[in-house]
Amino acid sequence: MLANFAGVLFDGIAYGSLLFLISVGLSVTMGMMNFINLAHGAFAMLGGYVSVTVLSALGVPFLASLPLAFIASALVGLVLERLLYRRLYKASHLDQVLFSIGLTFMSVAAATYFFGPTQQPVTLPEWLRGQVHVLGLDVGAYRLFLIGVVVLVTVALGLLIERTRFGAQIRASVDNQTASAGLGINVSLVFSLTFALGSGLAGLGGGLGIDVLGLDPTFPIKYMVYFLLVVAVGGAGTIKGPLLAAIILGVFDVAGKYYVPEIGAFVIYALMVVLLILFPAGLIRRKA
Amino acid sequence: MSAMTDIVSPNASQPVSIAKTAMTPTPASRTHLNLPNDRWKPMEIAFWLLPVIAYFAFPGYLVLISQIMIIGLFALSLDLILGYAGIVSLGHAAFFGLGAYTAGLLAVHGWGEPVSGLLAAAVVAGVFGFIVSFLVVRGQDLTRLMVTLGICLMLHEAANKASWLTGGVDGLSGMMVGNLFGVFEFDLNGTVAFWYSFAVLFVLFVVLRRMVKSPFGLSLIGIREGVRRMPSLGVNVNRRLIAIFTVSATIAGIAGALLAQTTQFVGLDSLGFPRSAELLIMLVLGGTGRLYGALVGAAVFMVAQDYISGLNPAYWQFYIGLLLVFIVLFARGGILGGLEKLAAGFKSKKEAV
Repeated sequence: MLANFAGVLFDGIAYGSLLFLISVGLSVTMGMMNFINLAHGAFAMLGGYVSVTVLSALGVPFLASLPLAFIASALVGLVLERLLYRRLYKASHLDQVLFSIGLTFMSVAAATYFFGPTQQPVTLPEWLRGQVHVLGLDVGAYRLFLIGVVVLVTVALGLLIERTRFGAQIRASVDNQTASAGLGINVSLVFSLTFALGSGLAGLGGGLGIDVLGLDPTFPIKYMVYFLLVVAVGGAGTIKGPLLAAIILGVFDVAGKYYVPEIGAFVIYALMVVLLILFPAGLIRRKA
Repeated sequence: MSAMTDIVSPNASQPVSIAKTAMTPTPASRTHLNLPNDRWKPMEIAFWLLPVIAYFAFPGYLVLISQIMIIGLFALSLDLILGYAGIVSLGHAAFFGLGAYTAGLLAVHGWGEPVSGLLAAAVVAGVFGFIVSFLVVRGQDLTRLMVTLGICLMLHEAANKASWLTGGVDGLSGMMVGNLFGVFEFDLNGTVAFWYSFAVLFVLFVVLRRMVKSPFGLSLIGIREGVRRMPSLGVNVNRRLIAIFTVSATIAGIAGALLAQTTQFVGLDSLGFPRSAELLIMLVLGGTGRLYGALVGAAVFMVAQDYISGLNPAYWQFYIGLLLVFIVLFARGGILGGLEKLAAGFKSKKEAV
């Protein structure tokens, strides 16, 4: 029973860290540009399809496909931000929601057109399959790998934002755009690069997540609520908030589906409504 | 906003915001009490003759026309909270589906009388909407969006899992809907369904039209345009939002029940996210905050859907996405907003000459 519980906890953390990886970019765009982007999952889906395509068609090794997924999504994110998103930073939330739903629908239709409506299979390399014995517990090797990657990315992201000049510019732009622009920071460029970074991370998460989340054209709609949930519950504009929220949601979702499969996804939605009522501004608020 | 210009009395020479007008009424506006002209315009009467004309002109399309009217009613309900009160909801299908399942379950279990089934659905959806409204008024845009979406997903999941009651993914079938008023049997042509839907839509529209032009309706616009100022006018913002959300949920429930009774089937998709999103699209396509926009949007959307998705459903979704992006970037106000702009431009040209 206890080992069972530890296994569920481990799977939940792996699932949660994947959710975090995909959603962290959304948190930054929501906190920074005050933009409700429902199309964020589309970038994750793009990363997934890029990863699958280079794996099967070009025979690129699995590890090398992940950076490609990141780069592809980041590039598309950059282009879309420059062309479309930036026009709507000052628009009402309704407009942003409609615009991003429109993008989501288009991405779903485009994915169906190019890849067909079926689930995409992914073949993991030998060393990521099966179980590993860690601390007296049998855990999935791939899930362990997943957690490792997310820890690395999170540490790198933390260093980037806290320790580098670019990170300082991001923080300054989030806090006060006008003052930052007055200090000579190119706020619009910082926005674009941040958006690209967030999209890239979503793409990386999409590529990593095929084995856990699956990949088919309805991906952006199916998981949209999860990504939004992580940000809304965690509090937009932070990194710690979404991390905490993603882990909580991941553990509860896996536990709910494992222990009470008859009510299934109900657990996560109920949890979300409760958390949103208790913390309307998110678990961790950004310091003003 | 056309709604804003509606509020300003015809005598006011320059546009005055509601809050200002209400605080310092000019002598002219005091005598007119600022209530907009409630009389039916010729265009409106012509609009309501359209379904009647369609009935005789396209007798083969009665089923589609009935569905357009039902979905139009559903879009009206969203217009109340989105177009007037400014609440963004991504889960309005929750109330639609609730109404549909209420009417459907009643009919399956032997209560086939349509009008009372409609009322029961209205009550169930309204009570649920009343409860949900307390959660909705608490947050801001993002929280509201998530709470409405979450509640809709919860109901969807509940209906999916409770397949012993709702039929789950297969949908609820075996409805035995009785004769309307005990006389008119729902026929395959959809004649009775057509008149039934038309009558319900028209009666509710008249009521809603009166409501949005009442001081209560104007205060909703005030909340949308300047929520901070409204308390200083003595308006209890939360209470009014709760009231309109409940009304909106009730109307959505009636629309759902109508669809269930006229098609004698309730699918799980009546609770799904795509339905909420499509509803939003219809409303924005037609134009928010003017009631007629909801009806025009629903009609255009469903005719286009009927035509294009017959060719290929995947393309349909692409084009609807493209249309949304286009509306947001270039065509704010939708079809009716665009027509109004055209009419205004025409008018000012005439005056200049």
